[in-house]
Amino acid sequence: MSVVETNEAAAQVPENWEPKIIAFCCHWCTYTGADLAGLNRMNYPANVRVLRIPCSGRMNPQYVIEALNKGCDGVLVCGCHPGDCHYVTGNYFARRRMMIFKRLLEYEGLEPDRFQVRWISGAEAGKFRDTVMSVVEQVRALGPLNLTREIPYFELPAVPDGEEAFDAVPEEVVPEEVSA
Amino acid sequence: MSRIGVFLCYCGSNIAGTVDVEAVAEMARSLPEVVYVETNKYTCSDPGQEGVKNAIIEKGIDRVVVGACSPRMHEPTWRKLLADTPVNPYMLEVANLREQCSWVHKDREVATAKAIDLVKMAVAKVARLQPLHSIEIPVHKKALVIGGGIAGMQTALDIADAGFQVTIVERETSLGGKMVMLDKTFPTMDCSACICTPKMSEVGNHPNITVKSYSEVENVSGYIGNFEVTIREKAKFIDYNLCTGCGACETKCPAKVTNAFEQGMSQRTAIYKMFPQAVPAKPVIDAEHCLKLTTGKCGVCSKVCPTGAINYEDEDKLTTETYGAVVFATGYKLIDWKPLYPEYGGGKYEDVITGLQFERLVNASGPTEGHVLRPSDRTEPKSVVIIKCVGSRDPNKGKAYCSRACCMYSAKHAHQYLDKVPDGKCYVFYMDVRTPGKGYDEFYMNTLHDGAQYIRGRVSKIYKEGDKLICKGEDTLTSSQVTVSADMVVLETAMVPADGIDELAAKFTVGRDADSWLVEAHAKLRPVETNTAGIYLAGTCQGPKDIPDSVCQAGAAASKVIGLLNKDALQSNPQISRVNETLCQGDGACVNICPYGAISIVEKQFRENSRKVVRPVAQVNPGLCQGCGACTVTCRAGAMDLLGYTNESIMREVDALCQW
Repeated sequence: MSVVETNEAAAQVPENWEPKIIAFCCHWCTYTGADLAGLNRMNYPANVRVLRIPCSGRMNPQYVIEALNKGCDGVLVCGCHPGDCHYVTGNYFARRRMMIFKRLLEYEGLEPDRFQVRWISGAEAGKFRDTVMSVVEQVRALGPLNLTREIPYFELPAVPDGEEAFDAVPEEVVPEEVSA
Repeated sequence: MSRIGVFLCYCGSNIAGTVDVEAVAEMARSLPEVVYVETNKYTCSDPGQEGVKNAIIEKGIDRVVVGACSPRMHEPTWRKLLADTPVNPYMLEVANLREQCSWVHKDREVATAKAIDLVKMAVAKVARLQPLHSIEIPVHKKALVIGGGIAGMQTALDIADAGFQVTIVERETSLGGKMVMLDKTFPTMDCSACICTPKMSEVGNHPNITVKSYSEVENVSGYIGNFEVTIREKAKFIDYNLCTGCGACETKCPAKVTNAFEQGMSQRTAIYKMFPQAVPAKPVIDAEHCLKLTTGKCGVCSKVCPTGAINYEDEDKLTTETYGAVVFATGYKLIDWKPLYPEYGGGKYEDVITGLQFERLVNASGPTEGHVLRPSDRTEPKSVVIIKCVGSRDPNKGKAYCSRACCMYSAKHAHQYLDKVPDGKCYVFYMDVRTPGKGYDEFYMNTLHDGAQYIRGRVSKIYKEGDKLICKGEDTLTSSQVTVSADMVVLETAMVPADGIDELAAKFTVGRDADSWLVEAHAKLRPVETNTAGIYLAGTCQGPKDIPDSVCQAGAAASKVIGLLNKDALQSNPQISRVNETLCQGDGACVNICPYGAISIVEKQFRENSRKVVRPVAQVNPGLCQGCGACTVTCRAGAMDLLGYTNESIMREVDALCQW
């Protein structure tokens, strides 16, 4: 991606700057997975603060806007794998909402890596750690989110078409079945 | 102005090893509205808890933040503690300083900074929480069991024996389900009817059990403890109060119908009992085939009935009752193999039969009175091919799963055939032989000793030559082509969920998997509960099972139901959605999205601009709402909020975090 080169703000990274990232995690899967990472004494960067929500279906896009507005450099939303939601269908709703919302953020000029959605189960402590590490590294590479900066130019990813639009969930998330 | 108390735990050295707890406490003291901060070596210990209690009373604290281990660990402990104090149990927030801070970071400075943030976040949230109160949901001490097969009957008996009223809804005219169709049961070779029919009459005569045969669930509303269920009792055209079950009508009825109980291998009359030992032991009139009801001419049964029990004017009856718990025991059916396997003739060869047809063929009360005679010409087959996994373990044509009981019942079929036709030859085509279970492998070994010839491979084609069925297949152990000339072929077909399960499960909002088996709440730890509270699973509706496993699960489901019905009232989870009726526009977006059917639109009267206005608003059923919060985001007016995780509290948490 050409973001790093073109982001002027990134060039002026303050000394000792550390990215601030909020992870919204659903209580039943990802929060459990994060706890398991602790039980296994895994190590990951402290740049991520976990905020517990009951279900990824509870995730209101407003929270992301608030976080980015108030000085967060990145936001991570995590829930159960599609099909595994404790509340049956909550993460399907989250997937659609976050997909559309992500495109809006990108349209507004936010680099795609600053807002990510991941499905992490209660058993995937390793995946939680890896996700946190990669998100922190990606956001670190982008530099501080300076909302007043000139919006850097970058190619928007191609718009998924028709039915595909609902399935074009950020990365890895390929549902076996969309029942909701 | 709230008075927040912050209690920080060292957890021995678990937290204190990496987090400077005193520094966190120092910071917490400077936070607005925090009136008291205490650190403790083990806050969750008895003296620790006592200290929290005393501090709450002495310092007049009304909200509590605990910085300790994960809320998944001790949140219930703290809620319980707060219930004994003036503080509402839901005015609590737990900062996860152990699993998500001290255990995952090594740098003391970094971990302390993060712990400070987590405590700040918790304080910001707790300041915005409102006291919540559980409501008491009364429990109707009555259970509904859907399905009267072995699983349903066992569940009903266990619940009824514990002293609770049970209603069994059975779609067919008699209890018994699939088990009563079987001839013998593996591995003990008990006569199935001999162990099933006593259960049926026990159920039929039990003072606490009401059997609603020939009935189906029409409609459901309500929630755990209070399911309001409407049951449609199909017209039987016979007054069961008068009928003595003498059977005179059945002998005289002129209409002939294919007998589904005998798997289509014989005929029954239009007025019929499913089988001689049926419970209830009284016939019904099959309205589709009765000459009187279809053409208006006949009426023989009413002439021969000695008690005048026949009533051609009978209609479906709808009854509505309230149940505290519901058990699904809807069972299975065999997969319709005919369209899937044209290579096996797709149904055009009469002598290619299913395992269930074979059960009836060897049954003493079946169409051949227990003589193994092939359907086409009623001669004794001297060579029989049994094909396993027809539709099972075959994702291309049938189902990917293993139907679990077939290995054993195909061994049983081979054994039964060789027993009845000592000079016969029996070939079993198999993919694997799976016999886990008490006495199961021994049974399979015995079948091998009986002379059954097991061939590892699938049959690829069956065609007719004269009156023989030629089965072409492969023996994968010798990598050779095998051709067997058979007189009869038995297909051990896959189990699939019973007809109509999708509609029925949707009525109760019970989850189904891709194959429509009902989904348990947790595959290992909650195997008989569903995700809808108060609804339980027994038997094969949850997945393929044999009889011992079905009975086991039935007992487990019954014990869960008994546990529920033993309570007079349930405490509801108060962390549920709440409607702001001023903002609500009544457009019902939340109704559509709720996976539990917990929201409905009701007309309500308001005073607006000093006028009375009636407008629709959403209403949340506190018994059904599970607190997922999906509706809160979908509401365009922002009228929905989730108590305990309100928009405001989450926004303040975000703000607090952003200050770092």
